[in-house]
Amino acid sequence: MKNKLSLFAVPYVIWMALLVVAPIVMVVIYAFSTAGGGFTLDNFTRMGIYASIFTRSFKLALIATAVCLLIGYPVAYAMAKEGPGFRRVASVLIMLPMWVNFLLRTYAWMSILEKNGLLNQFFSAIGLFDLINSLFGTNIQYFKMIGTPGAVVLGMVYNYLPFMILPIYSVIIKLDHSLVEAARDLGANSTQVFEKVIFPLSLPGILSGVTMVFVPSVSTFAISRLLGGGTQMMLGDLIEQQFLGGAYNPHLGSAIALVMMVIVVVCMWLMNHFGEGEEQAVML
Amino acid sequence: MKTSRIRLGSRLFMGLVFLFLYAPILLLIIFSFNAGNSNVVWKGFSLHWYTQLFQDRIVMGSVYTTLLVSLLATVIATAAGTFAAIGFYAMKRRWRTPLMTINNIPMMNADIVTGVSLCLFFVATFAGWNGLVTWLETSYRLTAPRLYLGFGTLLLAHVSFNIPYVILNVMPKLRQMDKNLLDAAQDLGCTWMQAFWKVAIPEIKPGIVSGALIAFTMSVDDFVISYFTAGSATSTLAMSIYSMTKKRVSPEINAISTLLFGAVLVLLVLVNVMEARGEQAKKRR
Repeated sequence: MKNKLSLFAVPYVIWMALLVVAPIVMVVIYAFSTAGGGFTLDNFTRMGIYASIFTRSFKLALIATAVCLLIGYPVAYAMAKEGPGFRRVASVLIMLPMWVNFLLRTYAWMSILEKNGLLNQFFSAIGLFDLINSLFGTNIQYFKMIGTPGAVVLGMVYNYLPFMILPIYSVIIKLDHSLVEAARDLGANSTQVFEKVIFPLSLPGILSGVTMVFVPSVSTFAISRLLGGGTQMMLGDLIEQQFLGGAYNPHLGSAIALVMMVIVVVCMWLMNHFGEGEEQAVML
Repeated sequence: MKTSRIRLGSRLFMGLVFLFLYAPILLLIIFSFNAGNSNVVWKGFSLHWYTQLFQDRIVMGSVYTTLLVSLLATVIATAAGTFAAIGFYAMKRRWRTPLMTINNIPMMNADIVTGVSLCLFFVATFAGWNGLVTWLETSYRLTAPRLYLGFGTLLLAHVSFNIPYVILNVMPKLRQMDKNLLDAAQDLGCTWMQAFWKVAIPEIKPGIVSGALIAFTMSVDDFVISYFTAGSATSTLAMSIYSMTKKRVSPEINAISTLLFGAVLVLLVLVNVMEARGEQAKKRR
């Protein structure tokens, strides 16, 4: 019976070979070859020109991940402490924004952060600019927000925060409460309980949240283009340009994509190293 | 006293985070009723953009493509993913572990890497195929349709990134299932096919449903993978929004998002109310 059932997986294994493994093999082949077809390492050495884009991508993605963790952990923790009705509503509320296309939500941020956007209108309405100008003798009419690294980080935090909250929440909610009680019985105060029991046990959730925020952040191209105003190019923009943009060069694009894949593999390895990552990643 | 203050503080904090998450969405909804064409200046209430929306062929076409590809991909991926999960479950550990790792690749990989790799694969395969067709035509006067990026590749891409989510939702339910149930059903006279449909499927149904929901969400929300696999003629809603952001986004888009958001809200409320009722009914029993 059991062995017969395993045949159910055969079509999908073939599918995976065609649409998961073969495309990745293609990327590897393209990354190590020239347009003529010969083997080369040029695509990798040429990436040196783009070192500034690499550092910017990593820097912004790391900052966004850290901010997501700092906001997301307390939210997940607070949610887990509430009653079941509140929890249900809150987790729906966190999922819900994902149903509005992320480009649109990002575009909405554009109209908030613009030069004549809502935030600047609000600041001038409350007289903030007049105050600053009279205090410092400057002549500011608006804050420049679009086109700054801060706007890109904001976009990433905004779009990927749910990916941080939900895995952490799902770990904390499953936490064995008797462990907390045992720690208290043994004389731990609430800070110690958090430090020695709750936090270490929620580590798998944190790791999966960090991966789920960091990977899309480092590879984004739409957010950086919309909120970065073309000045904050990231790795995703670079890859996109090699395939569909002006600088058509799929070989270089593949090489960059390969580097990104290696980063993901390292992240995955780290997660598996620290615990059952597979189970946690299920919680979207 | 102290705990209630902490509780208030934590609720306040959550409220602020929700405000942050919903502010842009509220903005979209409010300005979809704006008479002017700005997302910043309010010119009075009107349904102008809703009527415009239903007359806009391009936007409606892309909405149709999005819904069609998402629905088809969800149905196919849910069926395929459920069967695959059962197959993996029944497999020996030695085989299952590496296959599950491969299964996780599309979920773990950055979207852009998945998109680019599929794009390369489709383009190269089709180039080979179209070359073959040309050769057949010139030397044997046989012909076959030439293949290009389009709705078909878009659908293939969506199915392939959806299946892993279905599997990862169905798998835990399979593990929770009592292994003896299937044997018991067969002892009681079921064929293994009947045992499968009448025992296994109902047991793992919650996993299948949540897997399908997640697959549909991922499909509707996807931009990056579609962008690389749809070719130039086919366009999903996300893709037309993206091409609009290069110039100016029409408030029609606000209107369509408001409609979609409203539909999802109603659906989610219904699902949750039903779930809550089901749980209560279970408790009473």
